[in-house]
Formats: sequence, structure tokens, C-alpha cells
Amino acid sequence: MSLKEKAAITGVGETEYTRMSGKSILALQLEASLNAIADAGLSPKEIDGIIPYSNSPVVAEDFVTNFGISDLRFSATAPLGGASCVAAIQCALLAISGGVCSNVLIPIGRNGSSAGRIGTRVQQMPQFKVVGEHEMPVGAIAPAQLYAPMARRHMELFGTTSSQLGEIAVSTRHNAILNGYGMMTKPLTLEDHQTSRMISDPLRLYDCSLESDGGAAIVVSGADRANDLRKPPVYVMGVAEGHPDSPSVITQRPDMTRLGIAKAAPKAFAMASVSPGDIDVAEIYDCFTYIVLCQLEDLGFCRKGEGGPFVASGAIRLGGKLPINTHGGLLSQAHMVGMNHIVELVRQLRGEAGKAQVRGAEIGLVTGYGDMGDGSVAIMRRG
Amino acid sequence: MTAETYLKPVPEPTHESKPYWDGLRNGRLLLQKCGQCGKIRHYPRPICDVCYSFEVNWTEASGRATVHSWTITHHAFNPGFKLDLPYILVTIDLDEGVRMQVPLRGARETDVKLGLPVRIIFEQVKPDLVTPACVTAS
Repeated sequence: MSLKEKAAITGVGETEYTRMSGKSILALQLEASLNAIADAGLSPKEIDGIIPYSNSPVVAEDFVTNFGISDLRFSATAPLGGASCVAAIQCALLAISGGVCSNVLIPIGRNGSSAGRIGTRVQQMPQFKVVGEHEMPVGAIAPAQLYAPMARRHMELFGTTSSQLGEIAVSTRHNAILNGYGMMTKPLTLEDHQTSRMISDPLRLYDCSLESDGGAAIVVSGADRANDLRKPPVYVMGVAEGHPDSPSVITQRPDMTRLGIAKAAPKAFAMASVSPGDIDVAEIYDCFTYIVLCQLEDLGFCRKGEGGPFVASGAIRLGGKLPINTHGGLLSQAHMVGMNHIVELVRQLRGEAGKAQVRGAEIGLVTGYGDMGDGSVAIMRRG
Repeated sequence: MTAETYLKPVPEPTHESKPYWDGLRNGRLLLQKCGQCGKIRHYPRPICDVCYSFEVNWTEASGRATVHSWTITHHAFNPGFKLDLPYILVTIDLDEGVRMQVPLRGARETDVKLGLPVRIIFEQVKPDLVTPACVTAS
């Protein structure tokens, strides 16, 4: 049995994205969830499945309590770090197509800016215990440092340059300003990128994503009833997750320039019966510019090693061959662990994306990336 | 530096990794070698991913390696590393076929390249803790 088009994204919602929300993580998630449920035209009591974010103190029971859900039929987590949100869509499709539940809420929310730095949080996560024992004591503490050697090796093997990474930051900022909902509101030039301070070579400040407070959520509903809801359904044509070799430690990975999504992408494209050339718009998880470039290769939008020239050609800009991160991504909109990427893809496919709308967008793709290289990808189409 | 002022993260050795950390304290780089099929693995873990044996023979590594990739850190994500900035971290291929991530000492940023030969050194960072690092090998 294929999961193809067994379900659709029927509702999306966000809170404001800020540096200091002044709200609890639960309140942020409830607010975003209520917005997503209202967008779908459902009542909160009609939610019968919940996939909370595993790196969050909020659990399914919090939604049962606050929404007065009388019969929650399904809860699970998809613990893939930044790949969790898209992987949760696969989880929702499995539950819905198996007849377990009908409307699955996937919420996220965090005080990622005001409640402590990423470098500190990572050390406390059990999935990083090997890195915590062997690499943090010698100075590899934060994701920027742990991921930088992947970027460096790519540069040495394929000639990828910092300016090519900069193009990703610059085009993403441009989109954030057009979208108008981002934390970053001032234009960014390639010179700004090239002169920004080095964090962990080759990653500069503007190669790194934001730290943000806020919430975002989606509702996934069975295809049989998605048509009766408030907004046009956005069908999930294909979805998959992929775990890289040596998933916990990049250092030991046989090919450091290949991410888990390289395993997921062929499965998702096959399920959807489309190829990379059919994708009109893509929202690519962008915790760091290099991670975008590597995923574009692993997804098959260009060949391995050719990500640099691909992005430098203007392909990823609005009006280009493959416009990406039309909302401004984690780099310039907000770090909502990629839920904002899903929200944006749904808006693009509904034609609701405002000034950053890709004209005639019918088929789109969204990815997640996290926890040292886990990947997830979903391909969707306008209903 | 006294134990009270040591701000860098310290490892919490596991049942499997304790011999590795004990080895470093004695100036020896020990690696797990499968007691059944002989495959060398790192970082330390309970079983061999080829034959699933729990048996381990610890073997001393040569300490010789080459650079597989690197990063030069200019930002202290932990206050304990502030005085080290900027510092070079290299991912190295040990001659024994496994990798480690360690600081490269005494080298200029422009010296670092893929394949650069290095050798492991041992740094006593606390009275009870030795961490691995490396220097350029001639």
C-alpha cells in the first residue's frame, strides 16, 4: 500500500516570530495550533491525533487538556531533530491511512531565542551523547562547529566557495522581506555575508540560522474528508525519512558530503511519481547555508558537487528554475524547526504566498534536516 | 587550572569507553578491536556492527593519521574555550581505519589541508583527565 495522496495538509498556523515572546512554550504551541485548526475549519475537539515535537516539554496530553479532546486516538513522536516536522507528516499519513484517526495536529513552538542558546541546549540532548563524550570536551560544542567539517570537505573536494554559500543567505533574505513575516527586515548583500564574522570556518555569521521564539502548526486530514474543509486541500504525494550512515557522529560518516535525505529522496519521488524537474517551488531546511546546498544535491536538483554553481546561477531565486525558501527560512524568517517551511509550502500551493508567490506553483517540496544528518522530505500538490 | 575553574565540558565515560579514557591518562590511544572478527571501531560502543560480538580486545593505535576535514572556530560556544580562540579542530583518519575529531596544535590556519599527516598527542587538562589532540607530523 502506498501512502500517496492518502491525506492532505488542511490547515496551517503560526504565531508572531520574535526574540522574546513573553509566553510559555505551551501557550505558543496552543496559539499556533488554534490558528491551524481554524484555517482548516475544524473544531479543536475534532483533532484525534497529535504528534508533538520530541525536543519540547509539551506533550499530547497538554492538548487533550486544553482543547477538551474527548477521544484522542493516536499520539507519537518523530525524533529526528530538525527533520521531525516533515517526518511527522509520514507518521500522520501512516496513522490516517491505517484508519486509526482522521485529523492529526503537528505542533511546534519554542523560546529558542529567549530561553537559552543552542550551543547549551545541544549538550543536554540524549541523541548527542557520543558527541557529548568525545567531541564537546575537545571543543566541538555547537551545530555550527559540528557541521563545518562537512562544508569544508565539500569545498575541498568540489571547489565550493563561501560566496556560493552567501548566495543562499542573500536570496533567502530577499524572500523574507517580500514575505513580510520574518524577523529579519533589512536587505543583505553578498558583501555583508563575506564580511560577517567567522563563527566556525567556513561558516560565517550569515551562514547560520536565527534563534527565535514562536510557534507553528499544521493539520493533516484524511483525503476522503479534506475536500469538505475550509481551504483547498494540499495533497501529500510522497514522503520519506532517511538516516545517514553513522547517524550520531558526523566524524565517523563514510561520506561526509551525503546526508540522510539522499536515502529518503528517491523513495519520496517514486511515491509521488514525479521527478526533481517537476518541482515548482521548494522549501529546504536551512539551519546553515551549506546544509541547503548539500540537500539540493542529495535531492537530485543538481549532481553531487555541483551545488555551488547551481545556486550561483540564480536557480534558487524567485523567477529562477527552482525558487527556494520563499518565506525566508530559518536564516531570515525564524527558526521554527522547519514547521514554517511546511506552512509556506502549503501557502504557495494554495496561492496564498503574497509578494513571494511563485506563479502557477502546483507541485512543491519541503525538507527537514536534523540531529547530525537525519533527513525528511515531502512532495505536495495543490488540490 | 584547578578543578573548580575548569569550564570545558568533561566526558562521562561509560562502561564501554572507560578503558579508552584510562588509556589516554596513561599516554596511550587505545581502540576497540572486535574479539571475534577483529574489526576496529571507534568511538567506543558495546558491539561489533559486523559480527555482533560483545567481545573486545583493546589495541594500541599508532597515533598516525591524516586530515579528513577541519574547522577553525572563532566563537566560544562554551566560556571554557574563550582563551583558545581561534582554534583548529581536525577530523582525522587514523591509520587503523577509524576517525577522531581533535584539536590541531602548533599549526597555522594556512597549513591545514586534506591529507595533512598528523600524530596524536595527549593533553593533561585536569588532574584526572587527559584529552587527545594532534600536531603536524613530519
